[in-house]
Amino acid sequence: MAEPATDFTLDSAALLAAEEHEVPIVGRSPTYLAWRRLRRNYFALFSLVVFFLIVVCCALAPVYARHVAHTGPNEIHATEHVSVSGKETQVVSAGSYIDPKTNEFVVRGVTVLGPTWWHAGGRFVLGADNLGRDVAVRLLYGGRNSLEIGIGSALICSFIAIVLALLAGFFRGWPDWIITRFFDLIWAFPVLLLAIAIGSALQVNGFHHFGINIEPGSNWIPLLVISYVLIPYIGRPLRGQILSLREKEFIEAAVGQGARPLRIMFSDLLPNVASTALVFFTLIIANNILTEAGLSYLGAGVQPPNPSWGNMIASGQDQIHTAPWLAILPGVAIVLTVLSMNIFGDGLRDALDPRAKVRVEH
Amino acid sequence: MVAVLFSVSVLVYVVFILVPGGDPAERMAGKNPLPANIVNIRKKWGFDKPFYVQYVKMMQKAGNGLIGKTGEYDILTSFQTRQNVVHEIKRGIPVTMSLCIGAGIIWLFFGILVGFFSAVTAGRWSDRLITTFALIGVSMPVAWLAVMLRYFLAEKPTNPIFPDGEYVPLTADPVQWAYHLLLPWFCLSVLFIGFYGRVLRSNMLDAMNEEYVRTAKAKGLSGKSILLRHVLRNSLIPIVTLFGLDFAAVLGGGAILTETVFDLKGVGWYAAQSVGDLDLPPIMGVTLYGAFFIVVFSAVVDFLYAFLDPRIRPT
Repeated sequence: MAEPATDFTLDSAALLAAEEHEVPIVGRSPTYLAWRRLRRNYFALFSLVVFFLIVVCCALAPVYARHVAHTGPNEIHATEHVSVSGKETQVVSAGSYIDPKTNEFVVRGVTVLGPTWWHAGGRFVLGADNLGRDVAVRLLYGGRNSLEIGIGSALICSFIAIVLALLAGFFRGWPDWIITRFFDLIWAFPVLLLAIAIGSALQVNGFHHFGINIEPGSNWIPLLVISYVLIPYIGRPLRGQILSLREKEFIEAAVGQGARPLRIMFSDLLPNVASTALVFFTLIIANNILTEAGLSYLGAGVQPPNPSWGNMIASGQDQIHTAPWLAILPGVAIVLTVLSMNIFGDGLRDALDPRAKVRVEH
Repeated sequence: MVAVLFSVSVLVYVVFILVPGGDPAERMAGKNPLPANIVNIRKKWGFDKPFYVQYVKMMQKAGNGLIGKTGEYDILTSFQTRQNVVHEIKRGIPVTMSLCIGAGIIWLFFGILVGFFSAVTAGRWSDRLITTFALIGVSMPVAWLAVMLRYFLAEKPTNPIFPDGEYVPLTADPVQWAYHLLLPWFCLSVLFIGFYGRVLRSNMLDAMNEEYVRTAKAKGLSGKSILLRHVLRNSLIPIVTLFGLDFAAVLGGGAILTETVFDLKGVGWYAAQSVGDLDLPPIMGVTLYGAFFIVVFSAVVDFLYAFLDPRIRPT
């Protein structure tokens, strides 16, 4: 359909262009554009898939325990025998023994069954630890605990930090003053030190106030402690961004129109910081998993005998000369998980704002 | 600043005395207390009195500990080792200082180097390589890295390249002092180098897109001159803030994991030991000590920030 030149207007320009290209010109939302950029970042997508695989494997830990390894994470098999490639070996060898041929007393350290790599029919695939527990099963259950605490605390922490940052940024004045002091108070301590301080204080007797009853040794203690300690990590940068957004004209317009504070906070401010918040959320998952590992390593997190990647490293450290895999494997698991989340977070940040001004303030 | 210190001490009090359930006197008495001990503690610390009296008494004890008055339950005593907590912290300070100051210099220098190089060659293979290594460095749990390094480089081989932990005082033998601290310095720095490198890289890339850089180039300044005198200088400002806080954190006992693995008996190590014994007075002491450092350093950093960035004036 040929249009005469005099019929060309701005309104019909899009239609004309669409006819030329034979594909309608459609305006794309920023979300769609970001998604398209992310879709093309194969490295980040691959990392996300790796992370999800790890989460799924850990979630399926009971399945593995029951059907493949036929044992639980805390079951001790120290005195049992396992047939590895047909040969009967003890899970935890006694060590010193009397040589039957020469009747001499041979002194040897206690040796633990190494990784069997499926030669024992699914049992002790990654070896056993000094108490005879299956390392692969413990790794999966430990992953469950570590990921539960890491992701759970990230959710709680982000939620509280976003709410507080919105309140502080929107109302300014004295609510801002209180909330900033609150952030400063938490941030005045070295993170790990405060976490182990509160964690160990709560481990002694649990928390029995305000109707909440948490027993010592529960996973809630490290979860709540880590989320509390890292609130300023997200809260401060977000508050800064909201404060600067607050000065923009569209907020002034909304206030002038008579919009209520709640509406402005959630319909105007929040969507604009959503991309920053999302990137922080992914980064803080990684950070929390590392903090939980450190906490459990020191004994203020998940309590033994419950496995966690952190306390597996700690107990493996004692056996490092005889059974190095006990300390190496949990660390590898942590590095893979955290690295994949970090790479995805980087990719997400690049996708959401290619000339990113997202600063991770420490 | 005084207000922050005050609120920090209140928070410590709340965390250790008020919040956890159960009888604080029993907790203070350590793992296997005698009944007489518990009654004594209750009287001396004032647990049978209202909470503000308790707080005052706790501060008195901390103060007494600093000045060094003796008396078994008068000072902030660790009930596990019966040592004065402040005294123990003082003992650990030289080790922590050696570790942290050395590591701080290393990570600041290499972090800036890595970030600078990565930003200058942005997009090319060298940048991608550096970024990948930085990401891996940031993703490693420090405790595990320390354990691995110590095992593979210092314990397992018959001729270890590095000595196996332990601290040699500077006054005794400077060469050995540095030699023993090499691995811990590396361990502590890896995380921060990765982090600072990435932050500097993104700051520099942003600065390179600013208009004043374009103007400088139009005026005829050489690329190198622009990079060093304008871009780098402006990008370093956030790094200074970060470094101040991080340095204060590790100095105040934040390098717990590194010290524990390498048997360096510093302040962080002391805190880790007390966690294992669930011994609260030392943890309280170290927490207060760490917070003090951070508060002081943030004030210094705020001041420095105003000095470096003329757009910001101290309030």
